Amino acid sequence: MTSQKEPLCIMNMKEFCQELELEVVHCEVESFELWDGGINRPGLQLHGYYEYFDASRIQIIGKVEISYLMSLDPRLREKRIDDFFSYDFPCFVVCWDLPEVSLFEKVAQKYHRILLKSKEKTTSLTYRLVDYIDTKTAPKTGIHGVLVEVHGVGVVITGASGIGKSETALELIKRGNSFIADDVVEISNHHGHTLMGEAPPMLRYYMEVRGIGIIDVRMLYGAKSVKQSVQIDMVIRLENWNEHSPYDRLGLDEETTDILGVDVPLVTIPVSGGRNLAAIIETAAINNRMKEAGFRSAQIFCDNIAKHNEEVAESRKQEEE
Amino acid sequence: MISKSITIKNRAGLHAKPASLFVQNANKFNSDIYISKGSTRVNAKSIMGVMILAVQKGDEILLEITGDDEEAAMEKLIELIDNKFDLPDE
Repeated sequence: MTSQKEPLCIMNMKEFCQELELEVVHCEVESFELWDGGINRPGLQLHGYYEYFDASRIQIIGKVEISYLMSLDPRLREKRIDDFFSYDFPCFVVCWDLPEVSLFEKVAQKYHRILLKSKEKTTSLTYRLVDYIDTKTAPKTGIHGVLVEVHGVGVVITGASGIGKSETALELIKRGNSFIADDVVEISNHHGHTLMGEAPPMLRYYMEVRGIGIIDVRMLYGAKSVKQSVQIDMVIRLENWNEHSPYDRLGLDEETTDILGVDVPLVTIPVSGGRNLAAIIETAAINNRMKEAGFRSAQIFCDNIAKHNEEVAESRKQEEE
Repeated sequence: MISKSITIKNRAGLHAKPASLFVQNANKFNSDIYISKGSTRVNAKSIMGVMILAVQKGDEILLEITGDDEEAAMEKLIELIDNKFDLPDE
C-alpha cells in the first residue's frame, strides 16, 4: 500500500530491542526497514480476513489473539499462522510474556521473519512502540541559536553572531534557569505539533563565551543548571537596536515563526547598552505562558482604557443633557 | 546568495586552530555565512558549529554566503582554505 521510495527508517535490532525491552525469539538480520509507522493487531487476519491488510506495519498480539488461536482445531490453527507469516511484515511481537510464542517459531524460521516477545501488556507496548517510532522518524532541522528553559518555558534565542546570545544564556543560568544548547539547536517535530530541542551529542552542555572560550556549563554550574532536551514554546530574536525600526510598544500583535511546519510565537527584542536582557527574556517567557493560559496583559490594558474612555464620554453626554 | 564547494586540503582538516581561524575570518564580514558537509549545515561564525562538522582532509564542504559583502567574504575564506590557513601543515 505504500508508494514511498525510501523507508521511514531503518531499525537497528539491538537498539530496538534494548529500548523497548523486547526479547528476540527468532531473527536472522541486524536491522529491518520500516515503511509504515503504524501498528497492527492482526486478529482479523488470523481469522482469515486479508481484504484490507497492511503488512508493512509492525504486528503485535496479546491474550485475545492467542486465546482465539488456541480455540481453533490444531490443523486450522497451523494453517492460519502459516498464511499470516507468508506476508512480509517488519516484525511480529507477542506480549504478556506468553509461552504460546512457541507456536510461531517454526513458521518464523520458514519465512525468515522477525519474532519477538515482550513482558509488557499489549496496549502499553503499543503506546511505547508508537512513541518510539514517532521519535525515530520525526522531521528534524538545525537552528543557529541558544536553547534555554526559562521558568518552565522552552525558549530559543536567535540573532546574529556576536549579539550576545550566549552571554544572555549565562545570565539566565545564574538566575536559576536551565541551559540546553548553544550554537546549534537540533529540533524535531513530534506528532506534527510538538517541537523538541536539544544539542547535538558532541556539544551537549558546552557553551562558547567570547573572550573565555568553550565552557562546560554542567561542570561549572552544576547538574541543576542543565537539561538534555526541552519542548520549544517560543523564539526570542535579538537584534541590534535600530532607531528607525518600529518596535512593538503595546504587544497586541502576536508574531510567529515557522519551524518544521509549526507556528511558534516570536518576540523580537532590540539590544542596546543598559538593557537587562535576562530580565527581559524571563518576562517575555512568563508573558507567553500567561497568553497561552488566556491572560493577555496588553489586551486587558487596552480594553480597560477603552472602557474608561467610554465611561468618560457617557458622563460628559449626561452633563450636557 | 552565492555558494561554492571546496575541498579541504590541510592535513588537520577544520579542527581547533584552523577552525578558530576560519570562524574569526568569517566574523569579519557582515554577510550570513553557512558551511555544510553532507546533510549538516551550520553557521560559519560559530566555532562549536564548525567543529562538530568534523571536516577532515579531502572532505568537500559547501559555503553559502548572503549579504552585502558576500563576494569579498567568499574570496577571503576560499583563500584561507587554499593556503591551508597559513599554518605549518604537520
